[in-house]
Amino acid sequence: MAMIEFKNVSKWYGKFQVLKDCTTNVEKGEVIVVCGPSGSGKSTLIKCVNGLEPFQQGELMVNGQSVGSKETNLPKLRAKIGMVFQNFELFPHMSVIANLNLAQVKVLGRSEAEATEKSRALLTRVGLIDHAPKFPGQLSGGQQQRVAIARALAMDPIAMLFDEPTSALDPEMINEVLDVMVELAQEGMTMMVVTHEMGFARKVANRVIFMDRGEIVDDASKDDFFGTTRSERVQLFLSKILHH
Amino acid sequence: MFTGFDFDVIQRSLPYLWQGMQFTLGLTLLAMASGIVLGTLLALMRLSGIKAMSVPAAGYVNLLRSTPAILVIFWFYFLVPIAIKHISGDSYAQGIGPFHSALIAFTMFEAAYYCEIIRAGIQSVPAGQVNAAYALGLNYWQATLQIVLPQAFRNMVPILLTQSIILFQDTSLVYVVGLTDFMGAASKVAQRDGRLVEMYLFAALVYFILCFIGSYFVKRLQQRITPPR
Repeated sequence: MAMIEFKNVSKWYGKFQVLKDCTTNVEKGEVIVVCGPSGSGKSTLIKCVNGLEPFQQGELMVNGQSVGSKETNLPKLRAKIGMVFQNFELFPHMSVIANLNLAQVKVLGRSEAEATEKSRALLTRVGLIDHAPKFPGQLSGGQQQRVAIARALAMDPIAMLFDEPTSALDPEMINEVLDVMVELAQEGMTMMVVTHEMGFARKVANRVIFMDRGEIVDDASKDDFFGTTRSERVQLFLSKILHH
Repeated sequence: MFTGFDFDVIQRSLPYLWQGMQFTLGLTLLAMASGIVLGTLLALMRLSGIKAMSVPAAGYVNLLRSTPAILVIFWFYFLVPIAIKHISGDSYAQGIGPFHSALIAFTMFEAAYYCEIIRAGIQSVPAGQVNAAYALGLNYWQATLQIVLPQAFRNMVPILLTQSIILFQDTSLVYVVGLTDFMGAASKVAQRDGRLVEMYLFAALVYFILCFIGSYFVKRLQQRITPPR
């Protein structure tokens, strides 16, 4: 059974169709990179996985549970799926350590001490343990995004979603975030990553999904995607983003 | 210039005026606290996607905001006893007394204004923050109480306090149901001793000083609160 399974998922904003019959799946331990021009529905696609974006048609199974079903306890499902956002979305009124502890205590029911221990271990891992008592506003973008990754990992997720995790970063900070993600991928984390970082895709992706106008245009293994001749649309896109 | 005036009347009636001031401050603080709680609930209802929540809340706010405060106080003082009698069927049933009816009236009246302030405050919190909270598995109430409201309130403390200064002034309306607040106390002394000019000057001065200090404090606070992001 695939970890994440899209079956003909479609979504509309009013009359405008943002997702058209999207079908794909993500196996346990796979790293999938989703790319495509802006407005193609990549972010919407991964936000469907944890129910942040509802969809109107099709079926989406995550770890055997149907996301669209009314019976599914969404908060419970979301607690198992980590998500990292383009704009970090750390909680600015809480210290870094409190950001990591919050959901562990409120959602998983861990004690404050257990949570803190877990949080400190993860902050050490992303190299930010010295910043634990600081507030997010005192950190650089790259540091904030690493904290955001640690916050998601603190929930012991079964899969991680990344929504353009490096797009809001200054160029010199991109690598510190990608390094953490590469390490995570190499440890076998199931990941769905919306990104234009083709270097990252080449290094760790199992498959690359290319989207355009709400459709999955191409869904190929990494070697096929970068190797053989792809459709004109994909080539045009790749030539545009690989040049710089 | 001040011949014929007797400013000693102020000194003589200070204990009585202080009683009035305690009443004014007490009513202001109670109505402010309960108004903010009710206003927050109304704001959450207005922002809810559920029509059965947002429509009544919007109706309530619009009704109360287009009604003079004095009328709301009257309603509660005169209509609630009638309603209680009607509901309980006991024609000897007592009302809830002038203080409680005034407190409820101010709470409900101010809640409508606080609601609009709080609604704007909630909307100032980026949607991404709510998404991040949900993505971590928090439910609606956890996300609202832990993430949205703390940030919203931080943004809107100055304007909430400004509204509360207006409430402080408006509490002087309780004289219409026979309660003696600071203004009422000053008024009674003025009429008893025939010292209208002295007492009303003094009352104006007291209101001015307190509200001025309050406004100054709000301004300082506004400068101290830097935008969180």
